[in-house]
Amino acid sequence: MLTFQEIVMRLKAYWARQGCIIQEPFDCEVGAGTMCPETFLRVLGSEPYNVAYVQPSRRPADGRYGENPNRLYKHMQLQVILKPAPEDVVDLYLKSLEEIGIDLSKHDCKLEEDNWESPTLGAWGVGWQVMLDGLEITQFTYFQQCGGLDLDVVPAELTYGLERLAAFIQDVESVYDIRWNDRWTYADVRLADEEQYSAYNFEEADVGFVWEEFNLHEAECKRLLERYASELAPLERRRFPLLAAFDQTLKCSHLFNTLQARGAISVTERAQVIQRVRNLAVAVAKAWVDQQRYSAGEAV
Amino acid sequence: MSNLLLEVGTEEIPARLVPGAMRDLEKGFRSALRELDLKCEGQISVDATPRRLALVAEGLPDRQRDRTETLTGPSKQIAFDPDGNPTRAALGFARKAGVAVEELELGDDGKLTLRRTIAGQRTHDLLARVLADVVLGVRFPRSMYWMGKGSPRFIRPIRWLVALLDGDVVPVEFAGVRSGNVTWGHRRLGTGPITVNSAEEYRSGLRANAVLLAAEGRASKIVADAEALLPAGYELRCNQRLLQTLVFETEHPTAVLGSFDESYLDLPEEVLETVMLVHQKYFAVEDSSGAMTNRFVAIANSASDTDGVIRRGHERVLRARFNDARFFWQFDQRSSLSDRLEELKAVTFQASLGSYWSKTETNLEAVAHLNEALSVDASDAKGALRAARLAKTDLTTEMVGEFPELQGKIGGLYATAQGESQEVADAIYDHYLPAGGSGPIPRSLVGQLVSLADRLATLGGMFRIGLMPTGSKDPLALRRAALGVIRIVLEGSLAISLDRLVAIACAGDNAPKLRDFLLDRLRFWLQESGGFGADSADAVLAASDAVPVDVLARARALAEVRHTSDFEALAVSFKRIRNILEQSGTAESVHGAKLDLALLEDGAEADLHASLQPVGARIAECNAKRDYATSLRAIATLRPALDRYFDDVLVMAEDDAVRLNRLVFLASMLRALSTIADFSLIDAGPAAA
Repeated sequence: MLTFQEIVMRLKAYWARQGCIIQEPFDCEVGAGTMCPETFLRVLGSEPYNVAYVQPSRRPADGRYGENPNRLYKHMQLQVILKPAPEDVVDLYLKSLEEIGIDLSKHDCKLEEDNWESPTLGAWGVGWQVMLDGLEITQFTYFQQCGGLDLDVVPAELTYGLERLAAFIQDVESVYDIRWNDRWTYADVRLADEEQYSAYNFEEADVGFVWEEFNLHEAECKRLLERYASELAPLERRRFPLLAAFDQTLKCSHLFNTLQARGAISVTERAQVIQRVRNLAVAVAKAWVDQQRYSAGEAV
Repeated sequence: MSNLLLEVGTEEIPARLVPGAMRDLEKGFRSALRELDLKCEGQISVDATPRRLALVAEGLPDRQRDRTETLTGPSKQIAFDPDGNPTRAALGFARKAGVAVEELELGDDGKLTLRRTIAGQRTHDLLARVLADVVLGVRFPRSMYWMGKGSPRFIRPIRWLVALLDGDVVPVEFAGVRSGNVTWGHRRLGTGPITVNSAEEYRSGLRANAVLLAAEGRASKIVADAEALLPAGYELRCNQRLLQTLVFETEHPTAVLGSFDESYLDLPEEVLETVMLVHQKYFAVEDSSGAMTNRFVAIANSASDTDGVIRRGHERVLRARFNDARFFWQFDQRSSLSDRLEELKAVTFQASLGSYWSKTETNLEAVAHLNEALSVDASDAKGALRAARLAKTDLTTEMVGEFPELQGKIGGLYATAQGESQEVADAIYDHYLPAGGSGPIPRSLVGQLVSLADRLATLGGMFRIGLMPTGSKDPLALRRAALGVIRIVLEGSLAISLDRLVAIACAGDNAPKLRDFLLDRLRFWLQESGGFGADSADAVLAASDAVPVDVLARARALAEVRHTSDFEALAVSFKRIRNILEQSGTAESVHGAKLDLALLEDGAEADLHASLQPVGARIAECNAKRDYATSLRAIATLRPALDRYFDDVLVMAEDDAVRLNRLVFLASMLRALSTIADFSLIDAGPAAA
């Protein structure tokens, strides 16, 4: 039986053979692999890019103190971006399942409509949830828009839910019973995370502090964006830290999620705060597209 | 004669959109044929699976018919100078037509004319020109591009195209796909590309590669397979919507029978059914008494499940889902519905209208007004207030978070579990009813009051912030909410006036707008659900639109009598009276004047006047008891007197005073007899005309 880490390694090896860069997880808190610059920024523009990485994804409101067998504050996604999407992308994906020991001729595999939309990122795409014997194991999306911009070329995004996939392959009822390797289980590795962060997000997080942090990161992001919009020499423009501005956006997004889980965002505030984060994401995306022209040496 | 096979090979099209795509494809193809003047002698059929739209047209002509084209140019006088030489006008016409001036002739109308035969083009060539547009003309609500910005759009990427006219490939190319004679079978059960040269080879090729092309074939296989699997005494709850979804989600459906631990049957059936039907797309299975059993049928897109791998997989998922539901149920019981009221402050109803907490407050006020307006007895009134207070609290439960479609029902079930009275629990359970134009309204008065209040408060709030629907757009489903108000009032026989309903919802400038909005739904209901004609609806509403249940009672009475011959004749007479009054142009003086009995002429006029008196009394008496049918029959007895009146009496008499008096008489009669319906608006059948 494949262990959790073997599943991850086999999938990475498979996508490496398909020409993907194998990246390591991004080091800011994100709610999904989509939010990492490796996806959010790389899908913009017309440059091809193929990448795969595992992204631990934090969703404060989904925490259940480690008591629910299927719900996690932090889960692992294997994120694959194929830009542009190759013609046989669905087949490539299905072969990756064979790679981790799933004999599709013996299973019921369906691609069911599931369109994806992220208001905070100004992004949407169409696609499916891949259902294996009734279990959703992957989200498959053809991106259409990101940061409020129509994409020049259409990437395919494959997001594997690794815990679900592993629980399925190992036939266990609770994600905590997943064999991480031959010696340790998922609970051994991660249970403390789930307990402590549930307690933090639901009980301990200092609302005033988190709000302040949110405002500071927002201000820093705006300051950078304003600087970028000012008169800059081409070289300055090329190495202007828009990536750092995007980090600030991601911080805001995560802090918003924390405030939300903490029940600290009132009804009237919620839509406004989403809009604030979205404004940052959209502005960074626009600036990034502009900056690519300098990197490519077009607009000198 | 030629036969066309067109197959659009796609990635998985959302099941719900396949039927519409099939219709669009056929429609687009037929209209292309019409535009090309190609008449299809045989059948045009469309089939589809999630991965293909296939169209077969039999009996297409090999080419267009030749047609004669006639071009008309300048007249002889303008075309030739006095010497008979062609002028510039003639030369210009010839050049434009692409012929020498000598080839033109003079038509019968004296104008230069060119008549020529245009050879019909080959169907093959024509189709090559239009098929791309036919395919891309299929409309989808949210389409995508896949070849880069600005490239063609479809619901999912098109990966191959088969376009064969009698075995020859019709060349079509767009969005990176080029037509050919190669198709593909089932994703996992098919073996490589399939070359086909005809519709027959296409069908057999697909069959050999595990694709059942015909939707009806897949539907009957699903049902037959499922029923064959069930042990004696078990029955499939064959939900038709689910069946349709599964038909278009599979290319080779196979039923798999699974089971779950009986202890889960303790969960409410609503929850079990939602998990199975909506979330997992399984058919529920019941026993001979109609009770749900611990079996289910999943439909795999696969050939078989010999090792039971698929069954075990689906059972595992279902177990996890049921476990979740059980967890939610137990977790949710930690705080009662009334404890949850405060939490509603954090749940948005509408950005400008605030939270569900304020929504609840508004609903409560509306219930109080309704209780008073309908003189609801004390116990029901109290029940309605209690139910309205708790109705929205299930929005804060884990269960509704997981199964939003069960809002209301979960509240009702929790209320029962927490010892609220059955009346209150049922009212909470039902308060989102009616869901639309059909389907039940809340089963009890208490539930009807809560539902009515909820809708009125929503309508009032949305109108106040200017979100009333415009045109055909109605994103907040306010028309449905208004129809709900009308349905509850009519079907629950709640005697309340439109004005009162409106006053409960809102005030000021919005009140008349909301009144019109509700009135519009009332008219809609009378015609669509009540089955009354548009003219009947207009007639009863013209008499009075004050109280919806009263409108309905009058419409029903009218429906009973309107097709009797006396009545249709009466309608004609009333129309005549209205015309006379309108055309006499004396509305003002008629309105102010009093009937002078002395001026009534003996005979038909005095007789009609005399027969009106008892009829008037009878109408008043019957109307008071809402016995409108008897009133109408009483009115119908006036027919002979009325007929005689119009035979004998000249309304527009020479004498001014007599003429005015006659008009006054007719006007007052019309008024007196139009309390149930304005008969002059009724279309009389041809027999009575």
